[in-house]
Amino acid sequence: MKILVPIKRVVDYNVKVRVKADGTGVDLANVKMSMNPFDEIAIEEAVRLREAGIATEVIAVSCGLAACQETLRTAMAIGADRAILVESDVDLQPLAVAKLIKAVAAKEQPQMVIFGKQAIDDDANQTGQMFAALTGWPQATFASKVVVANGMATVTREIDGGAETLEFKLPVVVTTDLRLNEPRYATLPNIMKAKKKQLDTLKPADLGVDVTPRLTTLKVMDPPKRGAGVKVADVKELVAKLKNEAKVI
Amino acid sequence: MTQLLVIAEHDNASLKAATLNTVAAAQKIGGEIHVLVAGSGCASVAAAAAKIAGVAKIKLADAAHYADQTAENVAALVVSQAAGYSHILAAATGPGKNMLPRVAALLDVAQISEITAVESQDTFVRPTYAGNAMATVKSADAVKVITVRTTGFDPAAGEGGSAAIEPIAAAADLGLTKLIGREITKSARPELGAAKVIVSGGRGLGSGEKYHQVLEPLADKFNAALGASRAAVDAGFVPNDYQVGQTGKIVAPQLYFAIGISGAIQHLAGMKDSKVIVAINKDEDAPIFQVADYGLVADLFQAVPELVAELG
Ligand SMILES: Cc1cc2nc3c(=O)[nH]c(=O)nc-3n(C[C@H](O)[C@H](O)[C@H](O)COP(=O)(O)OP(=O)(O)OC[C@H]3O[C@@H](n4cnc5c(N)ncnc54)[C@H](O)[C@@H]3O)c2cc1C
Ligand SMILES: Nc1ncnc2c1ncn2[C@@H]1O[C@H](COP(=O)(O)O)[C@@H](O)[C@H]1O
Repeated sequence: MKILVPIKRVVDYNVKVRVKADGTGVDLANVKMSMNPFDEIAIEEAVRLREAGIATEVIAVSCGLAACQETLRTAMAIGADRAILVESDVDLQPLAVAKLIKAVAAKEQPQMVIFGKQAIDDDANQTGQMFAALTGWPQATFASKVVVANGMATVTREIDGGAETLEFKLPVVVTTDLRLNEPRYATLPNIMKAKKKQLDTLKPADLGVDVTPRLTTLKVMDPPKRGAGVKVADVKELVAKLKNEAKVI
Repeated sequence: MTQLLVIAEHDNASLKAATLNTVAAAQKIGGEIHVLVAGSGCASVAAAAAKIAGVAKIKLADAAHYADQTAENVAALVVSQAAGYSHILAAATGPGKNMLPRVAALLDVAQISEITAVESQDTFVRPTYAGNAMATVKSADAVKVITVRTTGFDPAAGEGGSAAIEPIAAAADLGLTKLIGREITKSARPELGAAKVIVSGGRGLGSGEKYHQVLEPLADKFNAALGASRAAVDAGFVPNDYQVGQTGKIVAPQLYFAIGISGAIQHLAGMKDSKVIVAINKDEDAPIFQVADYGLVADLFQAVPELVAELG
């Protein structure tokens, strides 16, 4: 079976973004960009399924600017066999991405699509679920364990009170949680090899998808600042402050 | 008049508190509020929802195939009921995040995730970049599908209402998934989302054994919930549902203890709206001290037992 892995290029998770003074967005100039961490986990899971002989091919797909090619090369260095860029300079929102991935899936006919649970820039946590709805596939979100055998997937997913295990007929949508696996590092030889792997570029119009944004960002602000705190000398002072100043005990 | 539909969160026996925060967000938007209860043998949930102040009607879909509340079946039901509603809301908790984007996609509209404030009927504030940038977004869609960050809205009153309960027909069972098992973490402590005091531990605790040995006595003093950083969960000290942060639970208790937690932005995203934050860390430069109201630079293995003793 083929596995499709949608990956997003986002501001690196170590960067603390700055809101622009004019309130139009966050400052992305000279900021380090990386693969969304949940998507690294998704690629790793797909590559492991191929290494286990369950998947035959892993295809990474990214929607966005031409610079996403770099992120797709990283995905291929981790082990994806080939990649597809759906190139657009429109602000692609989750519904548009879900439709684009659906159009790619219609061509590629994967039996599994592994999304990240959440992009750490927009924090939307929607795209995998939306893709599942549009295709009518079942969804295994927030997965911490995936087992595939006999045309079925058994997925353990993280829920508010613990975990649950569900069984699905393929094809299925999976979205990754942090505990699914620990992604490998791309080695230098694999980075070199990835440069020669196939990377096709499409446009949303080639796929017949209208990507017009539905949400308009009117302004972007800093979160409310907390007042400066104090350091206390010892436990006694801490308890005194909690009692007399904060009045929480 | 504007009509809004709130999806109730429950376990077939009781209504979850997050529903009250979601109703509060709906009240801010304004209009006639209906609550949908989809479950199996969940009459007591509908009865509880009917008492929420400000709710006009409860729609109750009681059928075996809603017992496990799979996203596929519940979303199909919500879509079958969607006509006439301008807004459809659910809490931004596990079930809501899982299910509601399906509703949005089936209605061909955007979902507005985790709103923390309402500006008008079509304009909302939501955190992005782990809460480091608050975006005000305006929706151009006919129906606004919204998840609500519970910490952004004080709960509606759970008593005082007397909404009519209207049984509705179930949608077809899609039969797409089968639940094999559920492992619910057992704890006598309050839920993270509902606790007034939270004691959270990080990698600094060293092991699961020490985590419990050191933090339980402190939590006992306050009837507090226990939380954790991602590092503590990944290291297996505690189960996954203890994780507080950007990609875990978002909490805002009266008092939050961060013990042996460095304060990475992903952790801060989940707790920086707490009323009072106490940090205990042996590294005086730990970023957690930048958000802590009271910071104590100390070895937690000494300071926490001392604190417990001092509290008496
Ligand atoms: C995609 C993504 C999502 C993430 N989501 C989350 C999330 O939701 N929640 C979350 O918490 N993290 C999340 N993280 C992880 C986050 O980046 C940090 O790695 C994590 O929060 C660190 O946990 P920690 O503070 O326990 O560990 P560390 O950073 O290792 O800090 C341990 C602290 O303990 C202190 N310490 C050690 N021994 C003692 C002692 N004896 N006494 C006192 N202090 C001591 C140290 O000084 C140090 O400050 C995410 C990361 C990624 C990439
Ligand atoms: N522009 C994009 N290109 C490819 N995949 C994406 C894109 N945006 C989101 N995704 C996928 O959808 C997941 C969830 O994103 P979101 O719904 O935006 O939080 C990500 O982890 C990716 O797997």
